[in-house]
Amino acid sequence: MLELVTISTLNGVLYGMLLFLMASGLTLIFSMMGVLNFAHASFYMLGAFFGFQISQIVGFWPAFVVAPVLVGGIGMLVERYGLRYVHRHGPVAELLFTFGLAFVIEEAVQMIWGKGPADYRVPAALDFSAFTVFSTNYPAYKMFELITAVAIFAALFAVLTRTRVGLIIQASLTHSHMVAMLGHNVPRVFMLVFGVGTGLAAVAGVIAGPALVTQSNMAAALGPILFVVVVVGGLGSLGGAFLASLLIGLVQTFAVSVNLSVADVLGGIGVAPPASGILFDLWNVTVAQIAPIIPYLLLVLILIFRPTGLMGMREH
Amino acid sequence: MTEIASTVANAPARAGLSAAGSAAVVRLAAPWIALTVAFAILPAIFTSGSALTVLSLMGIMIVFALSYNMLLGETGLLSFGHAVYYGLGGFLAVHAMNTVIHDRLPVPLPVIPMVGGFSGLLFGIIFGSVSTRRAGTVFAMISLGLGELVASSSLILRGFFGGEEGVSTNRTKLLHIFGLNFGPQIEVYYLIAGWCVLSMMAMYALTRTPFGRMCNAVRENPERAQFVGYNPRVVRFIAFSLAGLFAGIAGGLAAVNFELVNSAEVGAAQSGLVLLAAYIGGIGSFIGPVIGAVLVTWLEVMLSDVTDVWQLYFGLLFIGMVMFAPNGIAGLLMMHAPLWQARAYGSMLRLALAYLVALAPALVLLAGIILTIEMTYRLSVKAFAGTTMFVFRLALDAASPMPWVAAAMLIAGGFWLFRMTWPLVGAAWHDAFTLARATGRTR
Repeated sequence: MLELVTISTLNGVLYGMLLFLMASGLTLIFSMMGVLNFAHASFYMLGAFFGFQISQIVGFWPAFVVAPVLVGGIGMLVERYGLRYVHRHGPVAELLFTFGLAFVIEEAVQMIWGKGPADYRVPAALDFSAFTVFSTNYPAYKMFELITAVAIFAALFAVLTRTRVGLIIQASLTHSHMVAMLGHNVPRVFMLVFGVGTGLAAVAGVIAGPALVTQSNMAAALGPILFVVVVVGGLGSLGGAFLASLLIGLVQTFAVSVNLSVADVLGGIGVAPPASGILFDLWNVTVAQIAPIIPYLLLVLILIFRPTGLMGMREH
Repeated sequence: MTEIASTVANAPARAGLSAAGSAAVVRLAAPWIALTVAFAILPAIFTSGSALTVLSLMGIMIVFALSYNMLLGETGLLSFGHAVYYGLGGFLAVHAMNTVIHDRLPVPLPVIPMVGGFSGLLFGIIFGSVSTRRAGTVFAMISLGLGELVASSSLILRGFFGGEEGVSTNRTKLLHIFGLNFGPQIEVYYLIAGWCVLSMMAMYALTRTPFGRMCNAVRENPERAQFVGYNPRVVRFIAFSLAGLFAGIAGGLAAVNFELVNSAEVGAAQSGLVLLAAYIGGIGSFIGPVIGAVLVTWLEVMLSDVTDVWQLYFGLLFIGMVMFAPNGIAGLLMMHAPLWQARAYGSMLRLALAYLVALAPALVLLAGIILTIEMTYRLSVKAFAGTTMFVFRLALDAASPMPWVAAAMLIAGGFWLFRMTWPLVGAAWHDAFTLARATGRTR
């Protein structure tokens, strides 16, 4: 039991930190443009596939650096020549633009790498067991993922709060006109933030790709969870996104390891099972099976009882 | 808001008009009669079996896209989970059919879409009460979350959703009326066409009611709608529930048409498709989603025959529309309405010529893009089929540099020429509108 809790906590924190790598960029972009970037998870997927392709040629470590830079560059181009142009048509058009972009990126990835999973492997240098908890060997690669995510989180936090660039970015989020008056190129700041945000998503893709499955449906599978994170955390709140990332990471990891169903609980105290139909399904479903829908249930509940999210300040 | 004011101001005048004669009634009924006739004679024009299938799909999609437009176009609610009501309508319709068959109930097939409609309405009321408290991005996110919730649940509740293979039925086993057993596709087509015309009339009528106007007001400015005395939340909720009703009807029609409903019908892809259809057609007018539904269904069938990567073209078309024609195809057509009203036929001809001139390089650019995409696809995923291929019936070797150079030149040259010729369109447009305004006949 203690073993399960320890391992699940580690995995949950790791998953949460990966979510936060993406959610942080998404939140920054949302605060800046007032638009949720529907294609954010697609940049994560691009990161994974670029990482896979580049590591095939020059190895994992160069790919670890080059892939996020490339994806961030694509992100900047998207902002400069796509979003900035669509901005004149209003927020709905902007959201739909990113929606179309997600669609196109998924199709393009399928066109180039196919629908099956790519053979993206953990680099040999990290393919060993870091330590043993009770009887489980914990892979070093997962520790590497965790350390990378925490390091980037710390760096991002430091840049945003301690440097001049961070100051300008923070000011641009809330008072873009005033910042422009002071002589800063606000559109360029926006482009930079968009590029860094998508680049961070790509970092998550590069490091998560070997551990999870690198496949063309990975964006569609993760995208909605990412929105749950930023909405539950409170739109535009970085702290909220951090909290929600960890919460959802932990909840989902613990849920998949609990093999308990209504039948086990009520059946144990002597309640007869229903004959058939929907009730029969619900009766036998285990917590592990409903793990994929827990985030969405959480989203709906949060929006009913606390519409601004955990740490959201105001309505956008 | 000005629109509402003018409606109110015109009301007495309108009443007087309809009392005065039947001219207004004829004008009101004419498009619907024309539509009914069109639906009736279409199978006689497109006689092949596959055409009938496509026409049936179009009918279903028209209802679905129009129901979506009640949200996005009329009320300003961007939903990423509209397929939930379509799919659940379909599932309940298919279960209703199976129950009718099993218990030998005296229920004919043509009323089955109503079951879908009522289920859509029911789920619209349930989920709408949760999600319509807020508009904008938050609404979009809740609709996405609810969509994922239902889509994920559909794989868990296997008894109701039938797991991966779905739930199937047999439409010919229901009570036969008027000697119809609905075995042949043509009978199903007319069933779909009938429901399509009815739903279209109902949805159009709804846009003409004070409620329809309030939906527009809530879309434009919820705060002012509240000052007029309407609760935007309630207006959104009613619009959402009614959109669920019509989506459910579309789902019921799909259940009748395919005799099979599976969990993909409630999924994100289906929600995305209806969004694409409505938006490409144009969400600003009633006719827009109809155009979009017809075009998207046709493209889906036609493009998937021609190329494996048709969904990529589809996505690119959508992005192009969002960037350059945010009001859709209907919006592009409507832009020319003032010229038509001014009867400025000369300048319309000149504008058409300018369009033709600009169209040529645009097609060249498009050809270059298509060539690049097809060759990339051939070299990557379809590499097993060899590198020699046919694009536009032209044999070429994707592994040799020549076609790539040609594609690059087509793209660069087409783009450059398009940039050169587009000012012609701008000039023709400017002149035409200056002339049209001078006639004083434009509105």
